[in-house]
Amino acid sequence: MSARIRYFALRLLLVVALPAVLVAAWWFASESSTDVYWPPLRTILTTFPDVWTGERLRQDVLPSMARLTAGYGCAAVAGVALGTVIGSYRRVRAVCEPVLEFLRAVPPPVLVPVIMLFAGIGDTMKIAVIASGCVWPILLNTVEGVRAVDSVMSETARSYGVTGVARLRHVVLRSASPQIFAGLRQALSIGLILMVISEMFAASNGLGFTIVQFQRGFAIPDMWTGILLLGLLGFVLSVLFRLVERRALGWYHGLRDASRRSS
Amino acid sequence: MLDVSGLKKVYEGSGRRVEAVRDLTFTVDAGELVCLVGPSGCGKTTLLKCVGGLLTPTAGEVRVGGRRVTGPPPDMAVVFQEYGRSLFPWKRVGENVELPLKQKKLGAARRRELVADALESVGLTDAAGAYPWQLSGGMQQRVAIARALAYEPEVLLMDEPFAAVDAQTRAELEDLVRGLWRQRGITILFVTHDIDEAVYLGERVLILSSSPTVVQEQLKIDLPADRDQLHTRVAPRFAELRTHVYEQIQAAKRGTPVDRLTKDPTSDTPPPH
Repeated sequence: MSARIRYFALRLLLVVALPAVLVAAWWFASESSTDVYWPPLRTILTTFPDVWTGERLRQDVLPSMARLTAGYGCAAVAGVALGTVIGSYRRVRAVCEPVLEFLRAVPPPVLVPVIMLFAGIGDTMKIAVIASGCVWPILLNTVEGVRAVDSVMSETARSYGVTGVARLRHVVLRSASPQIFAGLRQALSIGLILMVISEMFAASNGLGFTIVQFQRGFAIPDMWTGILLLGLLGFVLSVLFRLVERRALGWYHGLRDASRRSS
Repeated sequence: MLDVSGLKKVYEGSGRRVEAVRDLTFTVDAGELVCLVGPSGCGKTTLLKCVGGLLTPTAGEVRVGGRRVTGPPPDMAVVFQEYGRSLFPWKRVGENVELPLKQKKLGAARRRELVADALESVGLTDAAGAYPWQLSGGMQQRVAIARALAYEPEVLLMDEPFAAVDAQTRAELEDLVRGLWRQRGITILFVTHDIDEAVYLGERVLILSSSPTVVQEQLKIDLPADRDQLHTRVAPRFAELRTHVYEQIQAAKRGTPVDRLTKDPTSDTPPPH
């Protein structure tokens, strides 16, 4: 029992050590700073609660999160659906692949002005920007995953009458799920970036908008708190993602460990 | 129960034409256990896929219970050699066995009953909640057999099911299959490259020629129905039969059939083609 506790204590120490060192280094390096653009960390941290509670949480953070969720959700649904179709049919793949490679190579931020032209400057535009950037890694990974379904598994499913929707649900999508999750993970960080960028262009609220406002108003410590908040947000999202992934792909990690042990 | 007549399969692609199976005709009676042996690369798998409705033959036909096979027949189950790729690693053992039953639209109570019964008869009652990859190779193949049993097939196809397990496990699984066959009266077509296994398990052994494949000989195995690893395998008759099969396969590789097994009055080999 005590060995277990020691083990967890050690792991916690390892996880916390580097961030603690970095924050400490920042703290002491900026301690006596008088530079307006590099305020002491102490100032940033004391400003943080004032900036990001109450009204601003409701008017900026929540709308940003809602856009991210909507855009990411649309991308996930569209990416997995299209990817499944493209991955399942060789002909469709042959037709689509060059186009996909081209579209994927276009950096998503340059789409902001384009999308603005037909989606306006409201939430629709921001959701469209986020979705249009997130969809590619999800789509391409799904295509690969669906294509790689084991031939013996396919034949097993066929000979036991597991066809159509059941085959999709119980065999194809499950088998492709490790790749799909890899795509979803890449898309998550892209989504966060595009959320901020789309709000910097034309917006009246949101995290990106607020950070730019602070910068323009020379509220430098406030601007820094926004950057910190974004970092924290990314961290929390990736932890949540890991939790979901661990539940959904428990079998995959187990299988991998099992085959590693035996070989 | 299972009629294969004039089966021919030619693979064509990129200018190459490979005749895998030339002309196969044989029948398996209801409740019979027939083993197919042949030299390696003789199209056993092609044959089995045609029988299982996974491949469309170039000519000839397969009938199961009188109905012509055009796709996987609903009263047929298959056990593949690669258990690791045939069981779904994201499903627990019980769910693996249950999935085909859901497709058959059986009620939940009936499904539970069939799953429990099938797992019990392969000795894996306790493993229902485990994932396949948590089990040993032999146990995984037992799961695949349980899945086939729960499906309640008339005909069971087994494609070199024990080629990938160790010798001791293989002996256990052979006895399991023979036991289940006697208990349940299923028709079994068992493909193997192992001559001893074919003679030990089968009521009848079909020896295939090398590719392009025809049936080289049909051999009735006149060993007693009660077989066990210890005594059957050292019986003089077992040795004779396996020697004969071995010679036939060697001959098949060279392309010249040897004489029929002379002392055996029950052999029902058709005249050579």
